[in-house]
Amino acid sequence: MPFQKKEFPDKFAALSKEDKVGLLRTMVRIRAFESRVEELFLNRRIPGFVHLYIGEEAIASGVMANLSKNDWITSTHRGHGHAIAKGAQIHRMMAELFGKTTGYCKGKGGSMHIADFSVGMLGANGVVGGGYNIAVGAGMSSMIKKTDQVAVCFFGDGASNRGTFHEAMNIASVWKLPVIFVNENNQWASTTPTSFATSVARIADRAKGYGMEGYTVDGNNVIEVYNAAAALVEAARKGKGPALLECLTYRIKGHYVGDPEKYRTKEEVQKHFTENDPIIRYADWMKGKGLIDDAALATMKAEAEKEVADGEKFAEDSPLPEKEDAYNDLFSFSPSEFPEVVK
Amino acid sequence: MSNERELTMAKAIAEAISQEMERDQHVFVMGEDVGVYGGIFGATQGLLSKFGPERIMDTPISETAFIGAATGAAAEGMRPIVELMFVDFFGVCMDQIYNHLAKNTYMSGGNLHLPVVLTTAIGGGYGDAAQHSQCLYSVFAHTPGLKIVVPSTAYDAKGLMIEAIRDDNPVMYFFHKGLMGLGWMRYPERSVNVVPERSYTIPFGKADVKRPGTDITIVCLAMMVHCALDAAEKLSKEGIEAEVIDLRTLVPLDREAVIASIKKTHKLLVVDEDYLGFGLSGEIAAIAADEAFEYLDAPVKRLAVPNVPIPYSQPLEQFVIPSVEAIAEAARSLAR
Repeated sequence: MPFQKKEFPDKFAALSKEDKVGLLRTMVRIRAFESRVEELFLNRRIPGFVHLYIGEEAIASGVMANLSKNDWITSTHRGHGHAIAKGAQIHRMMAELFGKTTGYCKGKGGSMHIADFSVGMLGANGVVGGGYNIAVGAGMSSMIKKTDQVAVCFFGDGASNRGTFHEAMNIASVWKLPVIFVNENNQWASTTPTSFATSVARIADRAKGYGMEGYTVDGNNVIEVYNAAAALVEAARKGKGPALLECLTYRIKGHYVGDPEKYRTKEEVQKHFTENDPIIRYADWMKGKGLIDDAALATMKAEAEKEVADGEKFAEDSPLPEKEDAYNDLFSFSPSEFPEVVK
Repeated sequence: MSNERELTMAKAIAEAISQEMERDQHVFVMGEDVGVYGGIFGATQGLLSKFGPERIMDTPISETAFIGAATGAAAEGMRPIVELMFVDFFGVCMDQIYNHLAKNTYMSGGNLHLPVVLTTAIGGGYGDAAQHSQCLYSVFAHTPGLKIVVPSTAYDAKGLMIEAIRDDNPVMYFFHKGLMGLGWMRYPERSVNVVPERSYTIPFGKADVKRPGTDITIVCLAMMVHCALDAAEKLSKEGIEAEVIDLRTLVPLDREAVIASIKKTHKLLVVDEDYLGFGLSGEIAAIAADEAFEYLDAPVKRLAVPNVPIPYSQPLEQFVIPSVEAIAEAARSLAR
C-alpha cells in the first residue's frame, strides 16, 4: 500500500535510551498479555468474545509515549493494548476478564469495556465508532477548563464508515478541539477487507473533508508512529486543533478469538506476521544500534510473561461478585437507598 | 425420509431465505458479514455461493446507510432483508428504523408498502456484557408500525421467516444467539427440530402452546420457552402441570391465546429475557388485568431481567437472566 510520506521532526532521536527501550517493553508486555488471553479464552477460562491486538502494538506504544496520565484516550473492542500502553495495570485487567470484583469494572464490563479513568483511559467500547464523540467531549473539557490536555481517539478502518465519524470530525474541527483521531487501519473490518468497504484508499484523505490535517504512517514502525504522534499531539496542546493520523497495520489474529477466518488465507496472515511483526522490526533496529541485545530482549520477554502470570494468579485468587452486586452501580448513588429504582 | 430431517434454527432461517430468493427476484440480503462469512450467527450461510454478491451484499459498518437504504429500496418494489448484527447496536441506526421504516406507510396515508425484513441477534448468557446481550424486542414493539417476530425453534423459524418475507410491511425478526445451533455456543436440543423441506408459512399473531397444562400458564418466547419447558418438567414431578405458551410474535400479539389459557389455569407467570420495566411482561399482565381479571386466582407474577444492564461476570449474569430454577420457583409460589 503506497502512501505519501510526511517527514515529521525526529523527536524520537532525542529520547533517552531508557525511553527507547520503554517503547519496546510496552509492545512486549501487550504481546505477552494478549497471547495469554488467547490461550485462556480457548481453554474457556474467559467467556464472551475477545478481540486481540497482536501485531498492532506499535501504534498504542508509539502514540501513548507522547501522552501523560492527564491526557485521555478512547478505545475500541480491540482495546487491551491501548489500556496497557496508557498505564492500566495488567493484574486488574486480567481480573476484569475473569469477572472478579478486583477487576477494573468489578466484573461488570469484561474485555470490551475495560476502563481505567485514573490513567485517562476512558473506556474500551463494544459499539464500533462509539468512542469518537466521547473523545470530542474530553477535548471540550480541556478547552473549557483551559488545560493543555489532549484526547486521542483510537478507531478502526471499519469504524471510519460509521456516521459518528463524520459528526465527530466536523465538530472537533469547527471547535478546534485538542483531539487526535488515530486510525488503526488493520485492513480488515471484521470479515471484509478495507478496500471492499471503504471509499478511499487512504483514510487519512478523509481529513480534508473536515478541514483538518491527515497523515498516513507505517503503523508497524514504532519510530514513525512516535514521531507523527509527537508532532500532532504537540500542535493540539498548543491549540492548533485536531488531526487525523492513519496507521497502517495488519490484524494478525481473527476478528475475535475462535474466528474461523474463512475470508482470508493462512499464507496471507503468516506473510504479514513473519515479514512485518512490529516487535521484531523494532528489536532488530535496536540491536543494530546497540541499544539492546538478545539477552536483554529475552529478559524483557520473561519479565512480561511473569507479570502476566502474576496477574492471572491475582485474578484467580480474587473473589467473584455476589449475585446481589448486580443491582449496584446503576446510578451514582447506592441503590440500596432506593431499591424501587431497580427491583 | 427426507421430510423427517432436523435442522438448527440458523439453517432453517437460511433455507427460508434461500427458497424465497428463488421464488422472488426482488428479495435480496444486506448486512455486515452476511456474504463470505454467512452471517456472524449463520443466518445467511450458503447464500452467497448460491445467489452471488449482487443479491447477498456485505456492507460497510454503516447501519444508518444500509437500513435506510432498505426502506428506499422497498418503497421502489424490492423486498430487502437486512441484518443488524446485534440488536444492541440499534442506537446507531434507530432514526432510520423508528422514524422512517416504521412510520412511512402511515404518514403516507397507506400509499406506501415497505416489505422489509430486519433480522437481528438477541440474548445473553455467554458473558458478552452490556452492549452485546440484550433482547430489546419490547423497544421495537413499542413503536407502532413494526411487526415483531421472535422464534424459539427451527420449525417456527422457517415458517415465520417465509411469512415475514412475504408480508408487505416492515417485520423485525429477532433470533436468539443461543438458539441458532452454533458450534461454539450451547443450545437447547429442543430448538433443533424437524423442518419440512417444502416452503410453508406460519401466520403472525398465532401463539403456540408448546406444552399443555392445567395448573399455571407460563407466557414466554425465544430462549425462555426452553427454560420454561425445562421448569415445567421439574414441576410436573411435583404435581404441578404448567402450560407453556410461546407467543412467537409480539406484534401482532395473540391475546386470545393468553386469555384462553388463563381461563383454564387461573394463574399467570410471564417470563421474559428482556428488561422487567415497561416491557413485554407488563403488557401481558395488563392484558390479563383488562380482559381476564375475574378468572385470575392470584396476582400475575413477572420474571424478567431486573432493570440493570447485563453484567459480564458469570454469577451476575446468571442471576439477572431468568433461570430454569427461578422459573420453577416462581411457578411453585404461584401454584401453591
